[in-house]
Amino acid sequence: MKHYDNGLKHFSLSIIWLWLTVFAMLPFCLVTLASFASHDDAHLLTLPATLINYIHLNNSVYVKIFKQSFYIAGICTLICLLLGYPFAYLIARMQSRFKGLLILLIIIPFWTSSLIRTYSMITMLKPQGVINSMLLWLGVISKPLTLLFTDTSVMIGLVYNLLPFMVLPLLTNIERLDNRLIDAARDLGANRLTTFRKIILPLTMPGILSGSILVFLPAMTIFYIPDLLGGSKSILLGNLIQNQFLIAQNWPLGSAISVVFTLLLAVLLIIYWRSSGNKDSQELL
Amino acid sequence: MTTNIIELHDVSKSIHDHVILHDLNLEVRNGEFLTLLGPSGCGKTTLLRLISGFENPTTGKIFINGKNVDGLPPHKRHVHTVFQSYALFPHMTVFENVAFGLRCRKLPKAEIATRVAEVLKIVKLEKFAQRKPDQLSGGQQQRVAVARAVVNRPLVLLLDEPLSSLDYRLRKTMQIELKQLQRKLGITFIFVTHDQEEALSMSDRVVVMHEGGIEQVGTPRQVYEQPQNLTVANFIGEANIFDSEILSIEGKQLGVNILGKPRNAKSSRSFELGQKVHILVRPEDLRVWKQVDVDDSKDMLPGTVEEVIYKGTTVDLMVRLSNNQIVAATEFFDEDDDKLEYAIGEPVFATWVPGWEVVLPHETL
Repeated sequence: MKHYDNGLKHFSLSIIWLWLTVFAMLPFCLVTLASFASHDDAHLLTLPATLINYIHLNNSVYVKIFKQSFYIAGICTLICLLLGYPFAYLIARMQSRFKGLLILLIIIPFWTSSLIRTYSMITMLKPQGVINSMLLWLGVISKPLTLLFTDTSVMIGLVYNLLPFMVLPLLTNIERLDNRLIDAARDLGANRLTTFRKIILPLTMPGILSGSILVFLPAMTIFYIPDLLGGSKSILLGNLIQNQFLIAQNWPLGSAISVVFTLLLAVLLIIYWRSSGNKDSQELL
Repeated sequence: MTTNIIELHDVSKSIHDHVILHDLNLEVRNGEFLTLLGPSGCGKTTLLRLISGFENPTTGKIFINGKNVDGLPPHKRHVHTVFQSYALFPHMTVFENVAFGLRCRKLPKAEIATRVAEVLKIVKLEKFAQRKPDQLSGGQQQRVAVARAVVNRPLVLLLDEPLSSLDYRLRKTMQIELKQLQRKLGITFIFVTHDQEEALSMSDRVVVMHEGGIEQVGTPRQVYEQPQNLTVANFIGEANIFDSEILSIEGKQLGVNILGKPRNAKSSRSFELGQKVHILVRPEDLRVWKQVDVDDSKDMLPGTVEEVIYKGTTVDLMVRLSNNQIVAATEFFDEDDDKLEYAIGEPVFATWVPGWEVVLPHETL
């Protein structure tokens, strides 16, 4: 039996390793190689090897896009956290039989392509769209608001798409939170605020961090949301990479941006692991 | 002078029309070690949660230190709980756990440090102050839980089956430690347990609970030797029960008839002639004689040995009496009886010293 278990374990582990090697490691190596290649009108990639792509990156336009992307993704993460935490907390602590249904409602959007849902956001946000018609009909506004193709619409799109990634890890974390610890804190004289600050918040920190990482990373790179909802005005990192590959046909530069971006994220992840240090938070990720 | 630190007046608790506690009246004296004893599901934990403020009574009033605490949330009541699972904060060190209550009260840092150090010394954990709870053994965690509560000098310390997750040996040690701690601190302890031995050995008074009600309140000796009813008698210790009716009454002396043998019994309760009663005899009061040792078997109950269990300090016997009823007897080694050798199937006589039995009014079970 033990032998069989070990065999199964090794088999599943090798599948995972094979998968990661072929579909994650190998492409990343190719991109890294491409980032050191030259480029001319006749070839997408060509020799000689060069560092020129990285040198080009040290350009105020690109630096600005990097900063802008970090800023937008940061704000998006913060909004998701502020919306998602109370939401996850309420559902996790709920005794009602509707709890399962509510969790299902969070997951249902995953059944439709995020691209299609983003298109449908346009019908919601456009001047004659659902939101404006509603507000006009209610008499709150007298002429349609400009919602579409603004930074706001990009943010709405990002938050809408990424909120479940914040809620789900938080939900798991808060559900595992031992009720008796909250009772104990109250018993020892802590009011609700202190209980939240000293007990609930530290104990759900792993969920907050994993949720934030799961929102922050895609927020920087989902290129179609700024594309569709931000019009041509909003250029974020994901769009920049997409442009270099598909429009400017500059694969080496696109690769260099990807490599720098990946390294930055790796640094962030390492900081996260270092700071959390305990096994629980790593398991959640 | 003893005053009541906690008083319960007609307290009932129902959840979704399901009655959990009904019409409880209880007075807890200041400084005593009171045990709530009862089988699981008898409502003892709910009673504790009513006192700590996590639940509110459906009807009735609770007074803590003379004050009606109706609607007062747990953090505003000066009683603290040691939870069954300890509920130590896993992200805090032992020191921070113990300091938690004091920090909530915003005491000066220096005072917190002294008081925490003081209480950690009492529970012998001063060397472990910087450890996290998961680096401690079960017994140490238990002591942290106690320290975390008593450091706040509560009026009453509530302990919800605090020893149930410890192994037998450690539980014995902790029973003694808790009892000593209670004497040292002089704080009123309300201790919940389903272990009757624990209740008897630790408490000043025992509250026997059954199905949401209080059956008897008394000292360990009272509840063991003078149980109010069959429920108490059966729950605390073992009891052999014989049915009879009262044949004669002379003061406290009652004439009864047990399996056809006339016997005398003693009780301070009043009974009527002809009243049906239960006669209770504890196994340790039942003496079992070999046939050769008996001259006069006039008021002895004949039977055969069904089972012999050697226990080191005692020999436990199961004896089948003439009416097929099986009784338990615990025989002690002493000068008269240093062998206590019984064979299974051996005919014997069982008897007890008149007056050592308990006479209770008949109950239909």
